[in-house]
Amino acid sequence: MYSLVAVFAPLVGSILSGVARPVLGKQLSIAASILFMLVSSAAAIAAYRAGVQAPLQIAHWVQVGAFTPDWTLRQDQLSLVMVVMVSVVSMLIHVYSVGYMSHDATPQRFMSYISLFTFAMLMLVTANNLLQLFFGWEGVGLVSYLLINYWYDRKAANEAAIKAFIVNRVGDLAFAVGIALVYFTFGSIQFDVIFAGVSSHVSQSYRLFGTPLPVLEVISFLLFIGAMGKSAQIVLHTWLADAMEGPTPISALIHAATMVAAGVFMIVRMSPLINMAPDAMSFITFIGASTAFFAATIGCVQNDIKRVIAYSTCSQLGYMFLAAGVGAYPVAMFHLINHALFKALLFLSAGSVIHAMSDEQDIRLMGGLAGKLPFTCAMMLIGSLALIAIPPFSGYYSKDAVLDAALAAHTPMATYGWVCGTLAAGLTAFYTSRLFFLVFTGKSRAPRHVQEHVHESPFVMLLPLLVLAIGAFGSGMVLKPYFIGGQFQSFWGSSIDVAANSAMFNMDSIVAWAKLAPLVVGIFGILVAVLFYLVAPALPGRLAQALSPVYKFLLNKWYFDELYDALLVRPSLKFAKFAWRFGDKQVIDGVPNGLAALTSEASAQAVKLQTGSIALYAFIMLIGLLVFVSLFIWVR
Amino acid sequence: MLIPLSHYLVVSAVLLVIGIFGIFMNRKNIIVIMMSIELILLAANLNFVAFSGALHDMVGQVFTMFVLTVAAAESAIGLAILVIYFRNRGSIEVEDVTLMKG
Repeated sequence: MYSLVAVFAPLVGSILSGVARPVLGKQLSIAASILFMLVSSAAAIAAYRAGVQAPLQIAHWVQVGAFTPDWTLRQDQLSLVMVVMVSVVSMLIHVYSVGYMSHDATPQRFMSYISLFTFAMLMLVTANNLLQLFFGWEGVGLVSYLLINYWYDRKAANEAAIKAFIVNRVGDLAFAVGIALVYFTFGSIQFDVIFAGVSSHVSQSYRLFGTPLPVLEVISFLLFIGAMGKSAQIVLHTWLADAMEGPTPISALIHAATMVAAGVFMIVRMSPLINMAPDAMSFITFIGASTAFFAATIGCVQNDIKRVIAYSTCSQLGYMFLAAGVGAYPVAMFHLINHALFKALLFLSAGSVIHAMSDEQDIRLMGGLAGKLPFTCAMMLIGSLALIAIPPFSGYYSKDAVLDAALAAHTPMATYGWVCGTLAAGLTAFYTSRLFFLVFTGKSRAPRHVQEHVHESPFVMLLPLLVLAIGAFGSGMVLKPYFIGGQFQSFWGSSIDVAANSAMFNMDSIVAWAKLAPLVVGIFGILVAVLFYLVAPALPGRLAQALSPVYKFLLNKWYFDELYDALLVRPSLKFAKFAWRFGDKQVIDGVPNGLAALTSEASAQAVKLQTGSIALYAFIMLIGLLVFVSLFIWVR
Repeated sequence: MLIPLSHYLVVSAVLLVIGIFGIFMNRKNIIVIMMSIELILLAANLNFVAFSGALHDMVGQVFTMFVLTVAAAESAIGLAILVIYFRNRGSIEVEDVTLMKG
């Protein structure tokens, strides 16, 4: 019952603040959305305390033959954990947004959108079948589009929103096909039925051009491609950095804490199926590890404060997939929750900085803000330490667990994952420290009028920061015993299926130096950043010049955008122009226009026959008569 | 002496051809066209009467009376139209009667 309230309260809030605004007025509609978020998070915590319960059916949905998905709230441990995380983080960000969006013209529209987002996300995490999950999946995608495009009069925002939507469609297509194949194979898309039927389909294969493709591998692979789109993994990652065009609270809520983690959640949710698909798991490991490393390298050279954090998000999601790929799903969930807290903290702190700097986002034009924004600085420090994974901050527990699991899996792919992850840990430490030093230390490089205007954010923005900071500091220590400690199986119950040969069970067996390696690499990364940005500030510029090709390669994000532009965007534009100029203008418009022209031309010619001369008509009649008479005689 | 049927038919064919040529050879007067139509009808009538005599069947001659009646009526209407037309247009030249062209 509690989870019903938790899921639907945001929807009510969204409708009240969005649709009923003319009745309620601006202040009251914002208050309504916050009130309902408070109700939602309280109900979520109550639902969590009430513990695991049977799925709660709300209504029938589709009933076509044997295809009968219902609206049902799943209330197992995995869903409950996600519901609490989503609603609490969302509630904090609602509160923060009141301060952040105070100068905006239509804050109630913003509140309505994020409430709607929260509803869709909660629908996603409580789904009991793949169709409901897909509903939430598309719902969050829609709201993400609306919010990236929140300032719809900016061209960059329009383009970023369209990009996010289209890139996600690529993943969603694979996801939808995956769902269809699940129904085709298992005869149902309800989770319990799928999981119960997995073992009977292990040896089944599809045949494509004579090649046998194991059913479970194909399905897992397709579902993961869907997750890659939503979670911005390499190849389908290009939209995430551009999505930073939206307001900062959105970057924190949607593009860091919750929506982008939906892909990881979905893979964890499907763990009984994924476990039976070893090749797909290697692929997940490969993509996750590659993304973790690749995004971290880009993060090192970006100059937009939000883009640095965005690439960091991309990289951290890679860690989660790395953990999921080696079968350590609880570790992936652990990192997901920790990441949601510290990344939301980082983004909101960045928002506080941007707010103070009159909407300036370029870190080259910041600096020396520690004195002017002491509280934000402290919050950012906590978030950064958690991201770098310095003990006892939360990131340390989960990121090291990810790497331990990767090494303990003892497969070539997982070892590749460990190497990538450890290198990425160093890079993470470097770019996070770089960001922190450039923003908060040294002398201010901002224009004078901006410097005079710098001020600490209002209390309503700082309070959520404080709560998240407590979470980012403590969640690792507090949650570790439950999420990945000795009793993790009793904690997660049947909601996550950890295979018996999973790396989960021998995480502690790895060699001692390997356990320390991420931390050492991380500290090394910090030291490099100290050298570059505190001791010898001229060094990074000289290095960038000396290694110009590498620097440009990273600055241009490995030229992924340019590659897609040349491979996909421009050819499709060309094709569209061809279709417009030839197909539409010449064929589709041409046929009716041509027929009309032909008719008019033919009648103009026919008119000439009618001279009006009676003698001529009579002569023609005579000729006609002659012709017919002779025909008659001849044929007879 | 008996005039054979073929003589009648030849005369009637000659009348028909004169009538037809009268219609489209003449470029001047519409009244001539009407006279030509009368000639064609007369050719037909002659045929009727000739065959009636040859076949000893009175129907042909009866039919001729009908045709004559219709022809008289047709001429009356045609001449009336011509008079009205002349009042309106001031000319009954065939060349001028081209209002119906497209």
